[in-house]
Amino acid sequence: MTGNSDPLSPRAKLAVTAGRAAAAVSRAAGRGSGSVIGGRVALKLDPDLLARLASHLDVVLVSATNGKTTTTRLIAEALRATGEEVVSNALGANMPAGITSALAGGSRARYGVIEVDEKYLAGVARDVTPKAIALLNLSRDQLDRAGETRMLAEHWRESLAGSKALIIANADDPLVVWAASSSQNVVWVAAGQEWKDDAWSCPSCGGVMQRPGDDWLCGECGFRRPTPTWALSGDHVLDPHGAAWPIRLQLPGRANRANATTSAAVAAAFGVPPQVALERMYEVAAVAGRYDTVTYQDRQIRLLLAKNPAGWLETFSLIDPPPTPVILAVNARGADGTDTSWLWDVDYSRLAGHPICVLGDRRLDLAVRLEVAGVDFQVFERLDDALRALPPGRIEAIANYTAFQDLRRVVGN
Amino acid sequence: MSDTSLRVVWVYPDLLSTYGDQGNVLVVERRAQQRGLNVQRVDVRSDQPVPTSGDIYLIGGGEDRPQRLAAERLRRDGGLSRAASNGAIIFSVCAGYQILGQEFINDLGQREPGLGLLDVVSTRGEAERCVGDVLADIDENLRLPQLTGFENHQGITHLGPTARPFARVRLGKGNGTGDGTEGAWNDTVFGTYMHGPVLARNPQIADLLVKLALDVNALPPVDDRWYEELRAERIAAATAAP
Repeated sequence: MTGNSDPLSPRAKLAVTAGRAAAAVSRAAGRGSGSVIGGRVALKLDPDLLARLASHLDVVLVSATNGKTTTTRLIAEALRATGEEVVSNALGANMPAGITSALAGGSRARYGVIEVDEKYLAGVARDVTPKAIALLNLSRDQLDRAGETRMLAEHWRESLAGSKALIIANADDPLVVWAASSSQNVVWVAAGQEWKDDAWSCPSCGGVMQRPGDDWLCGECGFRRPTPTWALSGDHVLDPHGAAWPIRLQLPGRANRANATTSAAVAAAFGVPPQVALERMYEVAAVAGRYDTVTYQDRQIRLLLAKNPAGWLETFSLIDPPPTPVILAVNARGADGTDTSWLWDVDYSRLAGHPICVLGDRRLDLAVRLEVAGVDFQVFERLDDALRALPPGRIEAIANYTAFQDLRRVVGN
Repeated sequence: MSDTSLRVVWVYPDLLSTYGDQGNVLVVERRAQQRGLNVQRVDVRSDQPVPTSGDIYLIGGGEDRPQRLAAERLRRDGGLSRAASNGAIIFSVCAGYQILGQEFINDLGQREPGLGLLDVVSTRGEAERCVGDVLADIDENLRLPQLTGFENHQGITHLGPTARPFARVRLGKGNGTGDGTEGAWNDTVFGTYMHGPVLARNPQIADLLVKLALDVNALPPVDDRWYEELRAERIAAATAAP
């Protein structure tokens, strides 16, 4: 991409400055990092600012229901191996205002690696003309406001049909494949998808999906899993040449190995070989507090974020086995979605054998859920009370969005 | 009751299980097992025939296109209608409730015939989606405590002469007709807009379904502590909401 040394018009520059001022005021007032308010002010002054800020960057967009913050971080680290500067919305502010604010801080960058909320992908992709778009998965999340998962895939599909970007997409998620296959330019990655309950119905024709082994196909219209060129195979990335590269992430779990595989495929599109990209990813120990282990009250608490059924399912598969205690915390504030019915799509019987403590605004919903699952649990109002009921040592804490932020605040993370 | 068996059929989880609807199945299953019943749960996918020998059928909520597909497949299959004429107990939520009625508006904006098991007709509301906690008084003939649930729908359901309102809302929209009704029932078929899931919030409704299926007046008591605490909290939250 040809770099103009000063791509910003006077109006755009003013917008960036005003945005920084608003962000500084917001930070000073103790109202968060200020990135969203700053971006809002700037976008109001110059609605084309996002497009202009992105115009001198090679942009990679990352979208999904789960894993987008982590994958954004992994791709950013991998692209830093080129020696070029990378700008990224690393803290997960993933709507246009937050993205604008993040890009405003990267005037010398060559690459922009941007996490995008799945509902905003079409608009942001139109504004920033990305070189590549990584699509990880789509599943039910915040049904009180996100609307239907298949409709989201349909919106992606319409927007990608007109995009020149290289799409790096998960071949194991039928909704993602449906969305991505409107593009002529797709790299398919077998990244896996444990959660299957949003894709029993063919996104193309509505027929019932068949799922023999790891394959999937619609018996009625023939829509089926594309042949992947990259794959996650156990603890290895398989590249298009058939070479297997071991994955030695600090980040735990199958889902993060999948994120690393997708990230390696993205990095390769920018000329970074898989082994170099993966080495860079090993540096990442925690992402915006997620996966961090903190010592608090003589306990080593690992903080795990899980926002929806697919996320909880992946999280259950990475926690330490019993008798490691598990703390579960659930809220239903605006950012979480106010409908808690998704708790019933999570198979909590998988926690049998762990001592379980329940916290959060909606601990009683969780209590009934666990009672019906037939597992033992205790309910507490505060983290400190729960910890007193548990022996010193390691604890897994799994929380949804605002409950996770609450936990971080209590433990000083 | 240890040699009494109860066959619980979950209709079309592949299409109608968007709002934690499995919860209703799990609650019926759990509470029946706690009473020593031998529960057989049958999950029926939409490419399989609906068995006609079930005792309780549960059918959940879903998105607009799956709702149309479910109605088409249920009409073609005929199993649920035969089960209903055999006197089976059917409990339906949201999209499933609309399907049991005479007709509803499908994802293409057209009138889609339902199964006609409830005398209701559903249309799509023009106003904002109804989302939030609901509090309602259940038909006194059913002798149940207050209904608490979470609604999340655009539908409006009008009751015909042979359907009775399942409840009358104190807070929330319910059927969305403006007359305060929520859900519908006749002797063996029930429909509601309540998620939550509704049987987790109202375990006495789950017990009612079991009692009707077995034709008994009472079930042995079980420990309802967590259900009662949740109910109290949600009723207070609904009352406090602006």
